[in-house]
Formats: sequence, structure tokens, C-alpha cells
Amino acid sequence: MNQVLSPVGRMAAGGGLKTITFGPDHPLLLSSGQVLSPLTIAYETYGTLNADRSNAVLVCHALTGDQFVGSVNPLTERPAWWPRVVGPGKPIDTNRFFVICTNALGGCMGSTGPSSIAPDGQPYGLRFPVITIADMVRAQAMLIEALQIPTLFCVIGGSMGGMQALQWASSYPKRVHSCVAIATAARHSAQNIAFYEVGRQAIMADPEWRDGDYARHETRPAKGLAVARMAAHITYLSEPALRTKFDRSLQARDAVSFGFDADFQVESYLRHQGQRFVDRFDANSYLYITRAIDYFDLAADYGGVLAHAFRDCPARFCVFGFSSDWHYPPEENKAIVRGLIAANCDASYVEIDTDKGHDAFLLEEPHFESALTGFIDAAAASRGLPLKAEAA
Amino acid sequence: MARIDHLVIADMVPHGAKVLDVGCGDGALLQLLQRERNAKARGLEISQDGVNACVAKGLSVVQGDADKDLAFYPDRAFDVVILSKTIQAVRNPKAVLRELMRVADRAIVSMPNFGHWRVRVGLLTTGRMPVTETLPASWHESENIHLCTVRDFADLAASLGIHLERAVPITGDAAGAPFAKSLWRANLFAEDAVFLLATR
Repeated sequence: MNQVLSPVGRMAAGGGLKTITFGPDHPLLLSSGQVLSPLTIAYETYGTLNADRSNAVLVCHALTGDQFVGSVNPLTERPAWWPRVVGPGKPIDTNRFFVICTNALGGCMGSTGPSSIAPDGQPYGLRFPVITIADMVRAQAMLIEALQIPTLFCVIGGSMGGMQALQWASSYPKRVHSCVAIATAARHSAQNIAFYEVGRQAIMADPEWRDGDYARHETRPAKGLAVARMAAHITYLSEPALRTKFDRSLQARDAVSFGFDADFQVESYLRHQGQRFVDRFDANSYLYITRAIDYFDLAADYGGVLAHAFRDCPARFCVFGFSSDWHYPPEENKAIVRGLIAANCDASYVEIDTDKGHDAFLLEEPHFESALTGFIDAAAASRGLPLKAEAA
Repeated sequence: MARIDHLVIADMVPHGAKVLDVGCGDGALLQLLQRERNAKARGLEISQDGVNACVAKGLSVVQGDADKDLAFYPDRAFDVVILSKTIQAVRNPKAVLRELMRVADRAIVSMPNFGHWRVRVGLLTTGRMPVTETLPASWHESENIHLCTVRDFADLAASLGIHLERAVPITGDAAGAPFAKSLWRANLFAEDAVFLLATR
């Protein structure tokens, strides 16, 4: 394991994970009023930081994502999660930009979360403090400071990542040159809170959850977590997509079984999604991160007026909504844009016509990619960054 | 080569102005204003194809509807707001015009002139709704639901207390002499007209 001492944190690379750890002299003050220390943030980078330190892009992942936006996760061996957007020659061109992606605070891929070991030597479990999107962003900002990047060229994310991007622009308006929020919302809707609550109840109803203390009992609530994932996964798809992909097709049988096997392909698919998920995600992290999303209401700290959250932010904004997304419908994305417009911000809003639902931002959407490229290139030009990768 | 109506509009925009183009289409005018007037150019466009094209070109454009979404812009957010050949397609031209004068100090409105002599002659001789170069769709396919003449528009502006600072007739590829004072000639001979408006 290699260790480097930055002025404020201890950087390390081991087991395929890059991390930075902030000791007791740099505690993280949480929205709840509690203090988190020590704090480890796991992150991955791609490309090279230029001499002006002006080409850094922070990519924020969604609820169950990780820091491996552009490469295989060495632990789960899952492929890069945003290969159409981040990579050489892609809209966020790693030949031109220095891309940073952190594992969110509360996550389970190396950043401090409920499965981390608390100062008393035992896993936090439910003793981990409840965190918010703003806390995740504060933790990211500590890393960005440690990397000595005064201003991010761009902060970008979809879904929960979009919330973080908006929070960045609101919390640190002078440290963000451009902000891209995709398939997201400025506040989590009642319907979404309801779906997340179903997921949390499924986890907590699993006897193996053991009041969150499953690590000490060397077990885990795999069934509950799988059900949580199944319920949430439905909201990431659209009805037309489900109909096209599965309709009422039966799973490897000619007739229904008059039983509770996965008769239908859609059931089999969801069960598979649930099973795969429990191998890579921690149940308590799921509780904490969904709670952070539930609590997200950017306008709440500004008297309920979203525009005030963006007041005087000089960043260029681009918001994307997807027509068949019912998790964060176009109307929620438009509400962000209305706040930006009312705050006199430089904003673009693009609605992509698709039947791929919420997950469309991760899939092939040529209009999304061309508009994103145009926005990034124009933002780069306004930042004085070269439009094409300079010959090495 | 830029369109003549775009050149006439650009000529009315001060250097470095903050501009909103309502109904900006594929962004050709916004690009011209950025290039020639160093404008801080923003757009509002209803069609998805138009918005995609604009943002892909690096323009700041929001997908939205002039009838509904102008309301979200703060008072006097822009130096100049432009409504280029769009007023005839909005649902409530009077409300939109009022909103334009609220969000900017000056508004530039261009419109096809339904009072042009060829339209008049066409209607007189054929008894059918005219189909012209500037109004190419037949009546039932047209997005232009609120066509008017130069005089009609001037009357609407006057009724809202809006001052016509300048008005330029366009016929074919040529812009004529400004006509803000006497309207009858432009009403008969201008195919299009561009108005520079200010609140009195």
C-alpha cells in the first residue's frame, strides 16, 4: 500500500481502491449537527490534471453506483458504469479532462459508511449518523481541496448524482464552472419517498438484519435487500419498456404453473436483479443513502424558494429530463430549470424523447450524448480549455 | 449567409447585450448575435429538435413554451428580448407581448405581414387563404394561428402602451427604410416587418 500525505489528508492506494483519510483535525460537520471523524473517501481518477488545475470534472454516481465510472470495478468486476459518457473521445473526454469520481459518503465501496469500523473497533451499523446529500458534497469538497483544485470545470451526475451536482452549485457557487444535472429533482417527491420506504421496510423486516447489527452476527439481510432493489428497479424502467422487453411472456414454460414460481419473465428478471445486487451492496448503506435522498429538498434551506439556492451562481447549467422517466419525471427537471431561470442563471434544458425510463441516462441515447457534448465543449471554450486533446 | 431579417434584428442589438431569443428555432440568430454583437445569448424553444440542435451547438437554450414559460423569468432580466417570427404562432400574443416588455428593457419583434398586397390580391381574386413564401402551410396545417398585419400589430402595441422605436420593412432579400411614423406603405408593401419596442 502506497501512502502520500497531502496537506490535509492521508492518501492511500491498496486493494484496487484509492482513498483519502481525514483525521480528527479535519472532522466532517454533518447537517444533523453530528460530527464524523475519521473520514475516508474512496475515489477514482481518469486523465491528467492540467498545469492550471482548471480541467477537473467531478462525476457523481447514483444511489447504488460507485467510483468506477470509467473502468472495471476491481472488487465486483462490474464494468464501467458510464462508458458512453466518460472515456477517451467521449463527451467527457478523459484525453482532455481530469475526471474524479468518489464513492458517496455512506456508501460501501471504500468511503466511510455504516459498514465502516467506528473508532471503537466495531462496525458502525445503525450508530452511523444519518447523512444528507449536502454532507456527501461536503465530503467531496474536502477531497477536491486536498487535490488542490480551486474550481471544478464541471460537476455532473444523474439521479442522486444530479442532486449532488445541484448541491455543489448551491453550496460552492464560485467553485463550479459548469453543472450538469440529469434525470433528477431539486426535491424528492412523496411518491419516491414512499418507494424508498418500501425498500427500507423490506430490509428491516428481514430477520437477518438484526437491528442493523448483522456484521457482528456474520450474516446479512440478503432477502430484504433483494426485495428493496426489486421495488426500486421497477421505478427505473418504464411501462412501455417492460412491455416491449417482457410483456406477459412466460419464463421457460408453456403455461402458468398455478404456483408462485417466477412464471413470468419479468418476475425472473426482477429476481435476478435483486440477487445480483445483494452481492455488491450493503443493506445499511442502502438505508442511509435512500434516507439522504429522501431528505433532499434544495429549496428548503432558502425559504422554499429554489431560485434563492442558485442566487448569484455564475456557473453554466444544463439539465436533462427523459420523457418516460417516472422516477424523476421531466416536470421535476423542469422545476430545477425554472429555479435557475428565476435566479438569472445561464441554463439549458433538454428533454429527451425515449421509452427507456429513468435509466435512459445510462443507456444509448444519441440526442442526449450530442447535446451533452455541445454543452461540455462550449463550457470548455468559455473556460479557455482546448477543444481537442492536445497531441502528446 | 445570414437571413436578412436576422441581420436587421442584429443591427438593433447593442454590443455585449444580454439577449433572450424566444422561439429561437435551431439557434441561427443566437449564433449570429454571439458572433457579430458579442451578445450573451440565451434561447427558449418549444421543439425538441430545435433545442437539441441549439445545445449541441453550445448555445444556452431551454425547452419551453413562450405562452407559459416567460412567466418564470425575472423582471428586466435581459437587455433585449427577441420574438422572431413567432408571435403569429403563440396562443396569446397580447400576454406574450406584455411578458416580453417585463423581462427586458427592449423587445424586437419580427412578423410576417398579412397586409402585404399580394396576400390582399390573393384573397380577393381566389377567395382562399393565401399560401405564400413566408406563409407556406395551408390554413389547416399552419402553426400560425394569430396572423396579423403591420397596422394590427402596431395597434396592439399601442394598446399596451408600448412605443415603436423603430420599424423596418423587409421585402424579398432587402430591408427598406425604417417607417415607424407612417404605417400604410409598409402595411401594403412589406412582406415581413421588424419592430424595435420599448415601454414608453
